[in-house]
Amino acid sequence: MLDLSFEPPKPKVIAGAKYDWELVIGMEVHAQVASQAKLFSGASTQFGAEPNANVAFVDAAMPGMLPVINEYCVEQAVRTGLGLKAQINLKSAFDRKNYFYPDLPQGYQISQLYEPIVGEGEVIVDMEPGVARLVRIERIHIEQDAGKSIHDMDPAMSFVDLNRTGVALMEIVSRPDIRGPEEAAAYVTKLRQILRYLGTCDGNMQNGNLRADVNVSVCRPGQYEKYQETQDFSHLGTRCEIKNMNSMRFIQLAIDYEARRQIAILESGGTVDQETRLYDADKNETRSMRSKEEAHDYRYFPDPDLLPLEIEQAWVDDIAASLPELPDEKKARFVKDFGLSEYDANVLTADTQNASYFEAVVADAGDGKLSANWVINELFGRLKKEDHDITESPVTPAQLAGIIKLIKSDAISGKIAKDLFEIVYTEGGDPEAIVEERGMKQVTDTGAIEAAVDEIIAANPAQVEKAKQNPKLAGWFVGQVMKATGGKANPKAVNELVARKLAE
Amino acid sequence: MSIDKQTAARVAKLARIKVEDDALPALAEEFNNILGFIEQLQEVDVDGVEPMVSVTPMRLKRRVDGVTDGNQQDKVLKNAPDAREGFFAVPKVVE
Repeated sequence: MLDLSFEPPKPKVIAGAKYDWELVIGMEVHAQVASQAKLFSGASTQFGAEPNANVAFVDAAMPGMLPVINEYCVEQAVRTGLGLKAQINLKSAFDRKNYFYPDLPQGYQISQLYEPIVGEGEVIVDMEPGVARLVRIERIHIEQDAGKSIHDMDPAMSFVDLNRTGVALMEIVSRPDIRGPEEAAAYVTKLRQILRYLGTCDGNMQNGNLRADVNVSVCRPGQYEKYQETQDFSHLGTRCEIKNMNSMRFIQLAIDYEARRQIAILESGGTVDQETRLYDADKNETRSMRSKEEAHDYRYFPDPDLLPLEIEQAWVDDIAASLPELPDEKKARFVKDFGLSEYDANVLTADTQNASYFEAVVADAGDGKLSANWVINELFGRLKKEDHDITESPVTPAQLAGIIKLIKSDAISGKIAKDLFEIVYTEGGDPEAIVEERGMKQVTDTGAIEAAVDEIIAANPAQVEKAKQNPKLAGWFVGQVMKATGGKANPKAVNELVARKLAE
Repeated sequence: MSIDKQTAARVAKLARIKVEDDALPALAEEFNNILGFIEQLQEVDVDGVEPMVSVTPMRLKRRVDGVTDGNQQDKVLKNAPDAREGFFAVPKVVE
């Protein structure tokens, strides 16, 4: 693979009342596997079904029901691991994490504590061109999701829906390598991008299919470097975990609030308690969740209902061979093959759909840079105006390539091309035919342009005199000629002719 | 390792099993007997022996990813002490 070189960003520094402070952030991202059926039952994972419609007796934990693993979910976890350049463990095992809550009828969550299926990997988190943070992945394990409790339908009761219970999650655990709120959001964005490229998770944060627990601590400058050298956590501050964040904006706000809260405690001589907190978006604050006392004694033990999960290297190799081109590689290729800036390459590779649209255009029209400009500035700009995404584009790659080819062959000017784009966008049609039918072709016939120039010069003797004194005024003549020809004159030819005529 | 009355009470609470106060010393004693037996097992030298997880040479059974179950809201809710509008209804779990 072709690497784009990068430097790490500077960590965010928050000035407290007394000292400067830095942030240390690690994340646990829960990504719902894009499967049809649940991890251990044949019930559907479809979002938005009637309450308790997608529930098998296994999910409801009826006595005697036994879990049978969905092989596709295992494959997706392996695929995700390979996409994050991680170690794949051919042997992993399931453990029970015990706790009581109404939306967890088993009384335990089946997870992988001791032997996860995926080990150490890495993610390159782009911050700006040439600047990126390398975030190490500690592990990925497979586990069951819990159900949903609704607390606001009745004053005295909570309502429980088990449709989500038992849906497969991949928990992607990072090392504490993230150094600020923006980096945290960029990390989730990059993970989401990779998962969507891989097709292992749809990344829909609104539906809760991708959500993050954020571990935040603060330390004085210099301490983090000591931790990096020794991997000894005692150099870092005590962390708090903010649970269940499903918006990039709230992740940043919550981290910022939490860091300032911890700084205020430390500067007034207190100590931070290690605890789980919830972010309240309405008040923009985090609150302790400690109401569930002893909630943290999960008494993990190997699940006796499930044998260890053993997979074969050949199967892993097959999955590896079927991996798509991933964002970093695609970006590097766009920069190298099409001469794009890193910024443009980033925009075009943000989503596979953007990237394939661009590739279809460039394959037809040639000229990577010009194609990139038209896709990003004209098409994306226009789509954004109507709040559409690329899949809703009324302009096909072939149509856009048609417009670009007309520009390249000097058949139309850049200005006319924008009018043409608008016609194609709103009315459709073949660009070349539209240009012919509506007489939009650029006039490159110097005789016709010359006549127009002569006419303007003859009609404006006073301007001619001024322009002879001050050559900068030639632009006025160019403008008049363009106007007289309805923008169809070749600007280069007009410039040359005006300059020549004025010099006569 | 020795289990006292308080630890026994805590284990019972975590398991959501109600144990009357006067039954706790006996429960603690039972735990201690079990743990004593485990301690005896710890004396066996198992260095280099892979833990046995099953007595049968079986591979973990797998399923294909297909929807084969569900759509039985009535049956799922049948044993629930209280169910409303398709939901299990339980005493409020947040303040």
